Amino acid sequence: MISYWAILSARFRSLLQYRSAALAGLITQVVWGLIRVMIFQAFYRSTNAEQPMSGSDVETYIWLGQAFLAALPWNIDTDLRALIRSGWIGYELVRPVDLYWYWLSRALSWRTAPMLMRAVPLLVFAFVLMGMSPPVSVGAGLAFAVSMCAAIVLSSAITTFLNVTMLWTITGDGITQMTFGLVLIFSGMLVPLPLYPDWSQPIINAMPFRGLVDTPYRLYLGHIPLSEFAGVLAHQLVWILTFVVAGRIAMARALRRVVVQGG
Amino acid sequence: MPQIVVEDLVKRFRISERDAGMWGAVRGLVRRRYQTVTALDGVSFSIEPGELVGYVGPNGAGKSTTVKVMSGILVPDSGRCEILGRVPWRSRNEHVGELGVVFGQRTQLWWDLPVIESFDLLRDIYRIPRGEYIANRDEFISILDIGGLLDVPVRQLSLGQRMRCDLAAALLHSPALLFLDEPTIGMDAVSKLAFREFIKRFNEERGTTVILTTHDMDDIEAICDRVMIISDGKILSDGTLDDLRRQVTLERRLVVDLDGDELPVVHPEAVVSSRNGHRVNIRFDPERVSATELISHVTSHNRVRDIFVENLPIEEVIAQIYRDQRG
Repeated sequence: MISYWAILSARFRSLLQYRSAALAGLITQVVWGLIRVMIFQAFYRSTNAEQPMSGSDVETYIWLGQAFLAALPWNIDTDLRALIRSGWIGYELVRPVDLYWYWLSRALSWRTAPMLMRAVPLLVFAFVLMGMSPPVSVGAGLAFAVSMCAAIVLSSAITTFLNVTMLWTITGDGITQMTFGLVLIFSGMLVPLPLYPDWSQPIINAMPFRGLVDTPYRLYLGHIPLSEFAGVLAHQLVWILTFVVAGRIAMARALRRVVVQGG
Repeated sequence: MPQIVVEDLVKRFRISERDAGMWGAVRGLVRRRYQTVTALDGVSFSIEPGELVGYVGPNGAGKSTTVKVMSGILVPDSGRCEILGRVPWRSRNEHVGELGVVFGQRTQLWWDLPVIESFDLLRDIYRIPRGEYIANRDEFISILDIGGLLDVPVRQLSLGQRMRCDLAAALLHSPALLFLDEPTIGMDAVSKLAFREFIKRFNEERGTTVILTTHDMDDIEAICDRVMIISDGKILSDGTLDDLRRQVTLERRLVVDLDGDELPVVHPEAVVSSRNGHRVNIRFDPERVSATELISHVTSHNRVRDIFVENLPIEEVIAQIYRDQRG
Protein backbone atom coordinates (compact mmCIF):
# COMPACT_ATOMS: atom_id res chain seq x y z
CA MET A 1 0.00 0.00 0.00
CA ILE A 2 2.78 2.38 0.98
CA SER A 3 4.43 1.80 -2.43
CA TYR A 4 1.36 2.94 -4.30
CA TRP A 5 0.86 5.93 -2.06
CA ALA A 6 4.50 6.89 -2.68
CA ILE A 7 4.01 6.59 -6.45
CA LEU A 8 0.84 8.66 -6.28
CA SER A 9 2.40 11.42 -4.24
CA ALA A 10 5.61 11.54 -6.31
CA ARG A 11 3.65 11.82 -9.53
CA PHE A 12 1.41 14.44 -7.93
CA ARG A 13 4.41 16.56 -7.00
CA SER A 14 5.94 16.32 -10.45
CA LEU A 15 2.65 17.32 -12.08
CA LEU A 16 2.41 20.40 -9.87
CA GLN A 17 5.40 21.76 -11.81
CA TYR A 18 3.26 22.48 -14.85
CA ARG A 19 2.10 25.91 -13.77
CA SER A 20 1.82 27.62 -17.13
CA ALA A 21 -0.36 24.79 -18.46
CA ALA A 22 -2.58 25.29 -15.43
CA LEU A 23 -2.80 29.03 -16.03
CA ALA A 24 -3.67 28.55 -19.71
CA GLY A 25 -6.26 25.94 -18.78
CA LEU A 26 -7.72 28.23 -16.15
CA ILE A 27 -8.21 31.08 -18.60
CA THR A 28 -9.76 28.79 -21.22
CA GLN A 29 -12.12 27.31 -18.68
CA VAL A 30 -13.23 30.74 -17.42
CA VAL A 31 -13.98 31.88 -20.98
CA TRP A 32 -15.84 28.68 -21.83
CA GLY A 33 -17.76 28.97 -18.56
CA LEU A 34 -18.88 32.49 -19.45
CA ILE A 35 -19.98 31.38 -22.93
CA ARG A 36 -21.92 28.40 -21.58
CA VAL A 37 -23.60 30.51 -18.91
CA MET A 38 -24.70 33.05 -21.54
CA ILE A 39 -26.09 30.31 -23.80
CA PHE A 40 -28.17 28.87 -20.97
CA GLN A 41 -29.33 32.34 -19.86
CA ALA A 42 -30.56 33.00 -23.41
CA PHE A 43 -32.28 29.63 -23.42
CA TYR A 44 -34.00 30.21 -20.06
CA ARG A 45 -35.16 33.72 -21.12
CA SER A 46 -36.69 32.40 -24.32
CA THR A 47 -39.10 30.05 -22.55
CA ASN A 48 -41.72 30.31 -19.84
CA ALA A 49 -42.21 26.58 -19.55
CA GLU A 50 -41.33 24.88 -16.27
CA GLN A 51 -37.77 23.41 -16.55
CA PRO A 52 -36.47 20.43 -14.56
CA MET A 53 -33.69 22.64 -13.15
CA SER A 54 -33.73 26.34 -12.21
CA GLY A 55 -31.57 28.84 -14.12
CA SER A 56 -29.34 29.62 -11.14
CA ASP A 57 -28.85 25.88 -10.45
CA VAL A 58 -27.74 25.41 -14.03
CA GLU A 59 -25.20 28.23 -13.66
CA THR A 60 -23.72 26.71 -10.50
CA TYR A 61 -23.68 23.32 -12.26
CA ILE A 62 -21.73 24.88 -15.14
CA TRP A 63 -19.16 26.55 -12.89
CA LEU A 64 -18.60 23.30 -11.00
CA GLY A 65 -18.09 21.60 -14.35
CA GLN A 66 -15.55 24.21 -15.45
CA ALA A 67 -13.71 23.95 -12.14
CA PHE A 68 -13.41 20.15 -12.20
CA LEU A 69 -13.04 19.73 -15.99
CA ALA A 70 -9.49 18.38 -15.76
CA ALA A 71 -10.71 15.52 -13.57
CA LEU A 72 -12.59 14.00 -16.51
CA PRO A 73 -11.04 11.04 -18.37
CA TRP A 74 -10.19 13.14 -21.42
CA ASN A 75 -6.63 12.13 -22.24
CA ILE A 76 -4.09 9.37 -21.77
CA ASP A 77 -0.88 9.43 -19.82
CA THR A 78 1.71 10.77 -22.27
CA ASP A 79 4.63 9.30 -20.31
CA LEU A 80 3.12 5.83 -20.54
CA ARG A 81 2.50 6.33 -24.24
CA ALA A 82 6.17 7.17 -24.74
CA LEU A 83 7.16 4.02 -22.84
CA ILE A 84 4.88 1.86 -24.94
CA ARG A 85 5.98 3.36 -28.24
CA SER A 86 9.65 2.90 -27.42
CA GLY A 87 9.13 -0.65 -26.18
CA TRP A 88 10.56 0.23 -22.78
CA ILE A 89 7.30 -0.75 -21.17
CA GLY A 90 8.68 -4.23 -20.45
CA TYR A 91 11.17 -2.74 -18.08
CA GLU A 92 8.37 -1.36 -15.92
CA LEU A 93 8.04 -4.97 -14.83
CA VAL A 94 11.38 -4.96 -13.03
CA ARG A 95 9.79 -3.18 -10.08
CA PRO A 96 8.27 -5.31 -7.34
CA VAL A 97 4.84 -3.73 -7.69
CA ASP A 98 1.59 -4.78 -9.30
CA LEU A 99 1.52 -2.95 -12.59
CA TYR A 100 -2.24 -2.27 -12.50
CA TRP A 101 -2.21 -0.59 -9.10
CA TYR A 102 0.92 1.25 -10.13
CA TRP A 103 -0.85 2.65 -13.21
CA LEU A 104 -4.01 3.43 -11.27
CA SER A 105 -1.94 5.37 -8.71
CA ARG A 106 -0.39 7.33 -11.56
CA ALA A 107 -3.84 7.98 -13.03
CA LEU A 108 -5.17 9.24 -9.70
CA SER A 109 -2.48 11.90 -9.52
CA TRP A 110 -2.81 12.60 -13.26
CA ARG A 111 -6.51 13.36 -12.67
CA THR A 112 -6.17 15.33 -9.41
CA ALA A 113 -3.03 17.48 -9.61
CA PRO A 114 -3.93 19.47 -12.77
CA MET A 115 -7.56 19.65 -11.66
CA LEU A 116 -6.71 21.11 -8.23
CA MET A 117 -4.47 23.76 -9.74
CA ARG A 118 -7.36 24.98 -11.89
CA ALA A 119 -10.30 24.34 -9.55
CA VAL A 120 -9.26 26.49 -6.61
CA PRO A 121 -8.82 29.81 -8.45
CA LEU A 122 -11.78 29.09 -10.72
CA LEU A 123 -14.13 28.45 -7.80
CA VAL A 124 -12.96 31.65 -6.11
CA PHE A 125 -13.67 33.52 -9.33
CA ALA A 126 -17.12 31.95 -9.71
CA PHE A 127 -18.13 32.61 -6.09
CA VAL A 128 -16.88 36.18 -5.94
CA LEU A 129 -17.76 37.48 -9.38
CA MET A 130 -20.37 35.17 -10.87
CA GLY A 131 -22.65 34.68 -7.91
CA MET A 132 -22.19 30.91 -7.77
CA SER A 133 -24.13 29.50 -4.84
CA PRO A 134 -22.64 27.37 -2.01
CA PRO A 135 -23.90 23.81 -1.32
CA VAL A 136 -27.55 23.84 -0.35
CA SER A 137 -26.79 22.41 3.11
CA VAL A 138 -23.87 21.09 5.14
CA GLY A 139 -25.11 17.56 4.45
CA ALA A 140 -25.25 18.28 0.72
CA GLY A 141 -21.73 19.67 0.87
CA LEU A 142 -20.41 16.53 2.55
CA ALA A 143 -22.30 14.25 0.15
CA PHE A 144 -20.83 16.27 -2.73
CA ALA A 145 -17.30 15.88 -1.32
CA VAL A 146 -17.64 12.09 -1.00
CA SER A 147 -19.24 11.74 -4.40
CA MET A 148 -16.63 13.98 -6.02
CA CYS A 149 -13.87 11.71 -4.65
CA ALA A 150 -15.70 8.72 -6.11
CA ALA A 151 -15.95 10.63 -9.41
CA ILE A 152 -12.18 11.11 -9.47
CA VAL A 153 -11.54 7.44 -8.72
CA LEU A 154 -14.03 6.49 -11.46
CA SER A 155 -12.30 8.84 -13.88
CA SER A 156 -8.92 7.35 -12.96
CA ALA A 157 -10.20 3.81 -13.47
CA ILE A 158 -11.50 4.80 -16.92
CA THR A 159 -8.19 6.54 -17.70
CA THR A 160 -6.25 3.45 -16.65
CA PHE A 161 -8.48 1.34 -18.86
CA LEU A 162 -7.67 3.67 -21.78
CA ASN A 163 -3.97 3.45 -20.91
CA VAL A 164 -4.17 -0.33 -20.96
CA THR A 165 -5.75 -0.32 -24.44
CA MET A 166 -2.59 1.41 -25.66
CA LEU A 167 -0.80 -1.89 -25.13
CA TRP A 168 -2.70 -3.01 -28.23
CA THR A 169 -3.20 0.16 -30.23
CA ILE A 170 0.12 1.86 -29.39
CA THR A 171 -1.26 5.39 -29.75
CA GLY A 172 -4.59 5.22 -27.94
CA ASP A 173 -5.86 8.36 -29.68
CA GLY A 174 -8.91 6.81 -31.34
CA ILE A 175 -10.39 5.17 -28.30
CA THR A 176 -9.64 8.20 -26.14
CA GLN A 177 -11.48 10.59 -28.44
CA MET A 178 -14.40 8.21 -28.70
CA THR A 179 -14.58 7.85 -24.94
CA PHE A 180 -14.32 11.56 -24.39
CA GLY A 181 -17.20 12.13 -26.80
CA LEU A 182 -19.36 9.81 -24.73
CA VAL A 183 -18.16 11.44 -21.53
CA LEU A 184 -19.03 14.96 -22.73
CA ILE A 185 -22.53 14.01 -23.77
CA PHE A 186 -23.55 11.56 -21.07
CA SER A 187 -21.82 12.95 -17.99
CA GLY A 188 -23.66 16.27 -17.97
CA MET A 189 -20.61 18.24 -19.02
CA LEU A 190 -22.25 19.53 -22.22
CA VAL A 191 -25.83 19.90 -21.02
CA PRO A 192 -26.93 19.13 -17.43
CA LEU A 193 -28.48 15.66 -17.53
CA PRO A 194 -31.92 16.63 -16.10
CA LEU A 195 -32.46 18.74 -19.25
CA TYR A 196 -32.34 15.68 -21.52
CA PRO A 197 -35.71 14.19 -22.61
CA ASP A 198 -37.54 12.01 -20.12
CA TRP A 199 -37.36 8.87 -22.28
CA SER A 200 -33.56 9.05 -22.30
CA GLN A 201 -33.18 9.33 -18.52
CA PRO A 202 -33.16 5.57 -17.71
CA ILE A 203 -30.48 4.93 -20.34
CA ILE A 204 -28.33 7.83 -19.16
CA ASN A 205 -28.77 6.79 -15.55
CA ALA A 206 -27.54 3.27 -16.26
CA MET A 207 -24.37 4.48 -17.98
CA PRO A 208 -21.22 5.11 -15.94
CA PHE A 209 -20.63 8.68 -17.07
CA ARG A 210 -23.12 10.54 -14.88
CA GLY A 211 -20.98 9.44 -11.92
CA LEU A 212 -18.23 11.76 -13.20
CA VAL A 213 -20.21 15.02 -13.22
CA ASP A 214 -23.94 14.92 -12.73
CA THR A 215 -24.07 12.88 -9.51
CA PRO A 216 -21.76 15.03 -7.36
CA TYR A 217 -23.03 18.36 -8.76
CA ARG A 218 -26.69 17.57 -8.20
CA LEU A 219 -25.91 16.43 -4.66
CA TYR A 220 -24.29 19.85 -4.17
CA LEU A 221 -27.39 21.60 -5.48
CA GLY A 222 -29.74 19.42 -3.46
CA HIS A 223 -31.27 18.40 -6.77
CA ILE A 224 -30.59 14.83 -5.70
CA PRO A 225 -31.95 14.66 -2.13
CA LEU A 226 -29.73 13.20 0.60
CA SER A 227 -32.14 10.28 0.89
CA GLU A 228 -30.91 9.09 -2.53
CA PHE A 229 -27.22 9.59 -1.68
CA ALA A 230 -26.52 5.92 -0.88
CA GLY A 231 -28.08 4.83 -4.18
CA VAL A 232 -26.14 7.21 -6.42
CA LEU A 233 -22.90 6.51 -4.57
CA ALA A 234 -23.48 2.78 -5.06
CA HIS A 235 -23.91 3.46 -8.79
CA GLN A 236 -20.52 5.15 -8.86
CA LEU A 237 -18.86 2.38 -6.84
CA VAL A 238 -20.26 -0.39 -9.04
CA TRP A 239 -18.86 1.32 -12.12
CA ILE A 240 -15.49 1.90 -10.44
CA LEU A 241 -15.35 -1.81 -9.66
CA THR A 242 -16.36 -2.68 -13.23
CA PHE A 243 -13.60 -0.57 -14.78
CA VAL A 244 -10.99 -1.84 -12.32
CA VAL A 245 -11.86 -5.48 -13.03
CA ALA A 246 -12.02 -4.89 -16.79
CA GLY A 247 -8.71 -2.99 -16.68
CA ARG A 248 -6.99 -5.75 -14.71
CA ILE A 249 -8.23 -8.44 -17.08
CA ALA A 250 -7.23 -6.44 -20.15
CA MET A 251 -3.82 -5.73 -18.67
CA ALA A 252 -3.20 -9.36 -17.74
CA ARG A 253 -4.02 -10.38 -21.31
CA ALA A 254 -1.89 -7.64 -22.84
CA LEU A 255 1.05 -8.47 -20.59
CA ARG A 256 0.86 -12.13 -21.45
CA ARG A 257 1.25 -11.05 -25.05
CA VAL A 258 4.07 -8.62 -24.28
CA VAL A 259 5.81 -11.23 -22.18
CA VAL A 260 5.47 -13.88 -24.85
CA GLN A 261 6.17 -11.71 -27.85
CA GLY A 262 8.89 -9.50 -26.45
CA GLY A 263 9.18 -5.80 -25.80
CA MET B 1 25.45 -24.09 -5.42
CA PRO B 2 25.06 -21.86 -8.46
CA GLN B 3 22.94 -18.76 -8.03
CA ILE B 4 21.81 -18.68 -11.64
CA VAL B 5 21.09 -21.78 -13.66
CA VAL B 6 20.10 -21.44 -17.29
CA GLU B 7 19.57 -24.59 -19.29
CA ASP B 8 18.79 -24.95 -22.93
CA LEU B 9 16.77 -21.72 -23.22
CA VAL B 10 14.95 -21.28 -26.49
CA LYS B 11 13.05 -18.16 -27.50
CA ARG B 12 11.57 -17.44 -30.89
CA PHE B 13 9.84 -14.26 -32.02
CA ARG B 14 7.36 -13.94 -34.79
CA ILE B 15 7.78 -10.69 -36.65
CA SER B 16 5.42 -9.55 -39.36
CA GLU B 17 6.90 -8.43 -42.64
CA ARG B 18 5.51 -6.44 -45.48
CA ASP B 19 6.59 -5.87 -49.03
CA ALA B 20 7.77 -2.36 -49.78
CA GLY B 21 5.57 0.20 -51.52
CA MET B 22 1.87 0.88 -51.78
CA TRP B 23 0.96 -2.52 -53.15
CA GLY B 24 2.85 -4.20 -50.34
CA ALA B 25 1.00 -2.11 -47.78
CA VAL B 26 -2.39 -3.00 -49.24
CA ARG B 27 -1.54 -6.67 -49.47
CA GLY B 28 -0.33 -6.55 -45.86
CA LEU B 29 -3.87 -5.58 -44.81
CA VAL B 30 -5.27 -8.79 -46.22
CA ARG B 31 -2.61 -11.33 -45.60
CA ARG B 32 0.19 -10.96 -43.12
CA ARG B 33 3.39 -12.83 -43.62
CA TYR B 34 5.37 -13.73 -40.58
CA GLN B 35 8.96 -14.61 -40.16
CA THR B 36 10.26 -16.53 -37.19
CA VAL B 37 13.44 -15.28 -35.62
CA THR B 38 15.24 -17.49 -33.16
CA ALA B 39 16.65 -15.16 -30.54
CA LEU B 40 17.88 -17.87 -28.17
CA ASP B 41 18.82 -21.25 -29.55
CA GLY B 42 19.65 -23.49 -26.61
CA VAL B 43 21.51 -21.17 -24.24
CA SER B 44 22.97 -22.78 -21.11
CA PHE B 45 25.23 -21.47 -18.37
CA SER B 46 25.45 -21.26 -14.62
CA ILE B 47 26.77 -18.49 -12.45
CA GLU B 48 28.03 -18.72 -8.88
CA PRO B 49 27.30 -16.06 -6.25
CA GLY B 50 29.69 -13.13 -6.43
CA GLU B 51 30.87 -13.68 -9.99
CA LEU B 52 31.50 -10.75 -12.33
CA VAL B 53 30.42 -11.96 -15.74
CA GLY B 54 30.70 -10.10 -19.02
CA TYR B 55 28.10 -11.03 -21.59
CA VAL B 56 29.04 -9.92 -25.07
CA GLY B 57 27.89 -10.49 -28.61
CA PRO B 58 27.10 -8.60 -31.78
CA ASN B 59 23.86 -6.62 -32.08
CA GLY B 60 20.87 -8.93 -32.30
CA ALA B 61 22.77 -11.89 -30.87
CA GLY B 62 20.35 -12.53 -28.02
CA LYS B 63 22.01 -10.65 -25.16
CA SER B 64 19.01 -8.52 -24.25
CA THR B 65 16.64 -11.45 -24.68
CA THR B 66 18.67 -13.45 -22.17
CA VAL B 67 18.70 -10.54 -19.74
CA LYS B 68 14.94 -10.08 -20.17
CA VAL B 69 14.31 -13.76 -19.44
CA MET B 70 16.50 -13.56 -16.36
CA SER B 71 14.64 -10.40 -15.26
CA GLY B 72 11.28 -12.14 -15.47
CA ILE B 73 10.07 -9.85 -18.25
CA LEU B 74 10.07 -12.48 -20.96
CA VAL B 75 8.90 -16.08 -20.91
CA PRO B 76 11.08 -18.47 -22.95
CA ASP B 77 9.52 -21.04 -25.31
CA SER B 78 11.41 -23.84 -23.63
CA GLY B 79 14.29 -24.46 -21.30
CA ARG B 80 14.93 -23.84 -17.64
CA CYS B 81 15.94 -20.71 -15.78
CA GLU B 82 16.28 -20.62 -12.03
CA ILE B 83 17.67 -17.70 -10.09
CA LEU B 84 18.06 -17.98 -6.33
CA GLY B 85 15.82 -21.03 -6.58
CA ARG B 86 13.01 -19.09 -8.28
CA VAL B 87 11.68 -19.11 -11.79
CA PRO B 88 11.80 -15.38 -12.66
CA TRP B 89 8.57 -15.06 -14.65
CA ARG B 90 6.52 -17.22 -12.25
CA SER B 91 7.35 -15.33 -9.08
CA ARG B 92 8.10 -11.99 -10.65
CA ASN B 93 7.48 -9.76 -7.65
CA GLU B 94 9.69 -11.75 -5.25
CA HIS B 95 12.31 -12.18 -7.95
CA VAL B 96 12.66 -8.54 -8.97
CA GLY B 97 12.99 -7.54 -5.33
CA GLU B 98 16.41 -9.29 -5.37
CA LEU B 99 17.41 -7.63 -8.60
CA GLY B 100 19.10 -4.34 -9.43
CA VAL B 101 19.13 -3.23 -13.06
CA VAL B 102 20.84 -0.39 -14.88
CA PHE B 103 20.14 0.30 -18.53
CA GLY B 104 22.55 2.68 -20.20
CA GLN B 105 19.93 3.71 -22.74
CA ARG B 106 17.28 4.70 -20.30
CA THR B 107 17.04 6.09 -16.81
CA GLN B 108 15.07 4.33 -14.13
CA LEU B 109 14.71 7.52 -12.18
CA TRP B 110 11.65 9.73 -12.34
CA TRP B 111 12.32 12.33 -14.97
CA ASP B 112 10.61 15.31 -13.33
CA LEU B 113 11.60 14.64 -9.75
CA PRO B 114 14.76 15.66 -7.90
CA VAL B 115 17.12 12.68 -7.52
CA ILE B 116 16.60 12.39 -3.78
CA GLU B 117 12.84 12.04 -4.24
CA SER B 118 13.39 9.18 -6.67
CA PHE B 119 15.52 7.51 -4.01
CA ASP B 120 12.80 7.98 -1.40
CA LEU B 121 10.25 6.60 -3.82
CA LEU B 122 12.39 3.50 -4.39
CA ARG B 123 12.65 3.05 -0.63
CA ASP B 124 8.88 2.80 -0.49
CA ILE B 125 8.55 0.64 -3.61
CA TYR B 126 11.13 -1.90 -2.42
CA ARG B 127 10.06 -1.50 1.23
CA ILE B 128 13.69 -1.02 2.27
CA PRO B 129 14.11 -0.94 6.07
CA ARG B 130 14.91 2.57 7.26
CA GLY B 131 18.38 1.86 8.67
CA GLU B 132 19.51 -0.05 5.61
CA TYR B 133 18.17 2.65 3.31
CA ILE B 134 19.97 5.47 5.07
CA ALA B 135 23.24 3.51 5.30
CA ASN B 136 23.19 2.55 1.60
CA ARG B 137 22.06 5.97 0.43
CA ASP B 138 24.73 7.84 2.35
CA GLU B 139 27.44 5.41 1.29
CA PHE B 140 26.57 5.66 -2.41
CA ILE B 141 26.20 9.43 -2.24
CA SER B 142 29.74 9.74 -0.95
CA ILE B 143 31.40 7.07 -3.15
CA LEU B 144 29.66 8.16 -6.33
CA ASP B 145 30.05 11.82 -5.42
CA ILE B 146 26.45 12.74 -6.13
CA GLY B 147 25.81 14.85 -3.03
CA GLY B 148 25.55 18.00 -5.12
CA LEU B 149 23.02 16.49 -7.54
CA LEU B 150 20.37 15.33 -5.11
CA ASP B 151 18.07 18.32 -5.47
CA VAL B 152 18.35 18.52 -9.26
CA PRO B 153 15.52 17.11 -11.39
CA VAL B 154 16.79 14.10 -13.33
CA ARG B 155 16.05 15.70 -16.71
CA GLN B 156 18.68 18.38 -16.00
CA LEU B 157 21.53 15.95 -15.28
CA SER B 158 24.32 15.20 -17.75
CA LEU B 159 24.64 11.60 -18.92
CA GLY B 160 27.56 10.82 -16.64
CA GLN B 161 25.81 12.37 -13.63
CA ARG B 162 22.60 10.55 -14.44
CA MET B 163 24.32 7.19 -14.72
CA ARG B 164 25.94 7.61 -11.32
CA CYS B 165 22.53 8.39 -9.83
CA ASP B 166 20.99 5.46 -11.70
CA LEU B 167 23.61 3.13 -10.33
CA ALA B 168 22.97 4.27 -6.77
CA ALA B 169 19.23 3.87 -7.34
CA ALA B 170 19.64 0.31 -8.59
CA LEU B 171 21.55 -0.72 -5.47
CA LEU B 172 19.60 0.99 -2.68
CA HIS B 173 17.74 -2.20 -1.83
CA SER B 174 20.96 -4.27 -1.59
CA PRO B 175 20.11 -6.64 -4.44
CA ALA B 176 21.79 -10.04 -4.63
CA LEU B 177 22.12 -9.63 -8.39
CA LEU B 178 22.98 -6.67 -10.55
CA PHE B 179 22.30 -6.57 -14.29
CA LEU B 180 24.10 -3.84 -16.21
CA ASP B 181 22.93 -3.42 -19.79
CA GLU B 182 25.40 -1.30 -21.78
CA PRO B 183 25.94 0.96 -18.78
CA THR B 184 28.90 2.95 -20.10
CA ILE B 185 27.38 3.83 -23.46
CA GLY B 186 28.08 7.50 -24.21
CA MET B 187 30.13 8.10 -21.06
CA ASP B 188 33.31 10.13 -21.02
CA ALA B 189 36.61 8.53 -19.99
CA VAL B 190 36.60 9.80 -16.41
CA SER B 191 33.03 8.66 -15.78
CA LYS B 192 33.79 5.24 -17.26
CA LEU B 193 36.78 4.72 -15.02
CA ALA B 194 34.85 5.81 -11.94
CA PHE B 195 31.97 3.55 -12.92
CA ARG B 196 34.20 0.47 -13.33
CA GLU B 197 35.97 1.23 -10.09
CA PHE B 198 32.66 1.38 -8.25
CA ILE B 199 31.34 -1.87 -9.73
CA LYS B 200 34.49 -3.78 -8.81
CA ARG B 201 34.52 -2.39 -5.33
CA PHE B 202 30.85 -3.05 -4.75
CA ASN B 203 31.24 -6.62 -5.96
CA GLU B 204 34.20 -7.23 -3.64
CA GLU B 205 32.60 -5.67 -0.59
CA ARG B 206 29.10 -7.02 -0.90
CA GLY B 207 29.57 -10.16 -2.95
CA THR B 208 26.86 -9.07 -5.37
CA THR B 209 26.77 -11.07 -8.59
CA VAL B 210 27.16 -8.80 -11.59
CA ILE B 211 26.20 -9.52 -15.18
CA LEU B 212 27.39 -6.91 -17.62
CA THR B 213 26.41 -6.65 -21.27
CA THR B 214 28.44 -4.19 -23.27
CA HIS B 215 30.13 -3.49 -26.58
CA ASP B 216 33.00 -1.78 -24.80
CA MET B 217 35.68 -4.41 -24.38
CA ASP B 218 37.61 -2.17 -22.02
CA ASP B 219 34.68 -2.54 -19.61
CA ILE B 220 35.07 -6.29 -19.81
CA GLU B 221 38.83 -6.21 -19.45
CA ALA B 222 38.63 -3.87 -16.47
CA ILE B 223 35.83 -5.59 -14.56
CA CYS B 224 35.07 -9.14 -15.55
CA ASP B 225 36.63 -12.40 -14.41
CA ARG B 226 34.62 -14.33 -16.92
CA VAL B 227 33.26 -13.64 -20.38
CA MET B 228 30.43 -15.34 -22.18
CA ILE B 229 30.08 -14.72 -25.88
CA ILE B 230 26.77 -15.19 -27.61
CA SER B 231 26.09 -15.02 -31.32
CA ASP B 232 22.96 -15.98 -33.25
CA GLY B 233 21.37 -17.23 -30.05
CA LYS B 234 24.15 -19.65 -29.14
CA ILE B 235 26.89 -19.39 -26.55
CA LEU B 236 30.15 -19.53 -28.49
CA SER B 237 32.56 -19.31 -25.66
CA ASP B 238 32.54 -19.13 -21.89
CA GLY B 239 35.67 -18.64 -19.81
CA THR B 240 38.31 -16.20 -18.60
CA LEU B 241 39.78 -13.58 -20.88
CA ASP B 242 43.01 -15.59 -21.12
CA ASP B 243 41.08 -18.69 -22.15
CA LEU B 244 39.45 -16.62 -24.84
CA ARG B 245 42.73 -15.35 -26.18
CA ARG B 246 44.16 -18.84 -26.26
CA GLN B 247 41.09 -20.07 -28.08
CA VAL B 248 41.65 -17.59 -30.88
CA THR B 249 45.39 -17.36 -31.24
CA LEU B 250 48.56 -17.71 -29.29
CA GLU B 251 50.13 -14.95 -31.28
CA ARG B 252 51.63 -11.97 -29.50
CA ARG B 253 53.13 -8.75 -30.71
CA LEU B 254 56.44 -7.12 -30.14
CA VAL B 255 56.61 -3.42 -30.88
CA VAL B 256 60.09 -2.04 -31.49
CA ASP B 257 61.16 1.59 -31.94
CA LEU B 258 64.40 1.64 -33.89
CA ASP B 259 67.09 4.25 -33.60
CA GLY B 260 67.79 4.48 -37.33
CA ASP B 261 66.34 3.90 -40.75
CA GLU B 262 68.11 0.65 -41.63
CA LEU B 263 66.10 -2.50 -42.25
CA PRO B 264 65.54 -4.44 -39.00
CA VAL B 265 67.10 -7.85 -38.48
CA VAL B 266 64.43 -10.20 -37.12
CA HIS B 267 64.53 -13.68 -35.60
CA PRO B 268 63.70 -16.42 -38.15
CA GLU B 269 60.64 -17.57 -36.13
CA ALA B 270 59.08 -14.08 -36.06
CA VAL B 271 57.46 -11.98 -38.78
CA VAL B 272 57.44 -8.24 -39.37
CA SER B 273 53.76 -7.45 -39.80
CA SER B 274 54.05 -3.74 -40.43
CA ARG B 275 56.47 -0.86 -40.30
CA ASN B 276 55.62 2.75 -39.67
CA GLY B 277 58.64 5.08 -39.66
CA HIS B 278 60.91 3.96 -36.83
CA ARG B 279 58.24 1.71 -35.34
CA VAL B 280 58.22 -1.96 -36.32
CA ASN B 281 55.46 -4.42 -35.36
CA ILE B 282 56.63 -8.01 -35.05
CA ARG B 283 54.33 -11.01 -34.65
CA PHE B 284 55.50 -14.15 -32.91
CA ASP B 285 54.23 -17.37 -31.43
CA PRO B 286 55.49 -17.72 -27.84
CA GLU B 287 55.53 -21.52 -28.17
CA ARG B 288 58.09 -21.36 -30.96
CA VAL B 289 60.21 -18.48 -29.70
CA SER B 290 59.95 -17.06 -26.20
CA ALA B 291 59.54 -13.33 -25.68
CA THR B 292 62.87 -13.06 -23.83
CA GLU B 293 64.75 -14.86 -26.59
CA LEU B 294 63.14 -12.70 -29.25
CA ILE B 295 63.86 -9.48 -27.36
CA SER B 296 67.52 -10.31 -26.78
CA HIS B 297 67.82 -11.27 -30.46
CA VAL B 298 66.26 -8.01 -31.59
CA THR B 299 68.28 -5.82 -29.22
CA SER B 300 71.58 -7.50 -30.10
CA HIS B 301 71.05 -7.14 -33.88
CA ASN B 302 69.48 -3.67 -34.03
CA ARG B 303 69.89 -0.27 -32.43
CA VAL B 304 66.70 -0.12 -30.37
CA ARG B 305 65.25 2.93 -28.61
CA ASP B 306 62.17 1.31 -27.04
CA ILE B 307 60.56 -2.10 -27.00
CA PHE B 308 57.35 -3.65 -25.58
CA VAL B 309 55.24 -6.80 -25.85
CA GLU B 310 51.50 -6.63 -26.54
CA ASN B 311 48.65 -9.08 -26.29
CA LEU B 312 46.21 -9.18 -29.15
CA PRO B 313 43.62 -6.53 -28.18
CA ILE B 314 40.53 -8.18 -26.72
CA GLU B 315 38.44 -6.38 -29.32
CA GLU B 316 40.24 -8.28 -32.08
CA VAL B 317 39.97 -11.57 -30.21
CA ILE B 318 36.23 -11.22 -30.00
CA ALA B 319 35.85 -10.01 -33.56
CA GLN B 320 37.83 -13.08 -34.61
CA ILE B 321 35.46 -15.35 -32.67
CA TYR B 322 32.43 -13.73 -34.33
CA ARG B 323 34.07 -14.19 -37.74
CA ASP B 324 35.01 -17.84 -37.12
CA GLN B 325 31.44 -18.60 -36.23
CA ARG B 326 29.99 -16.86 -39.27
CA GLY B 327 32.57 -18.27 -41.66
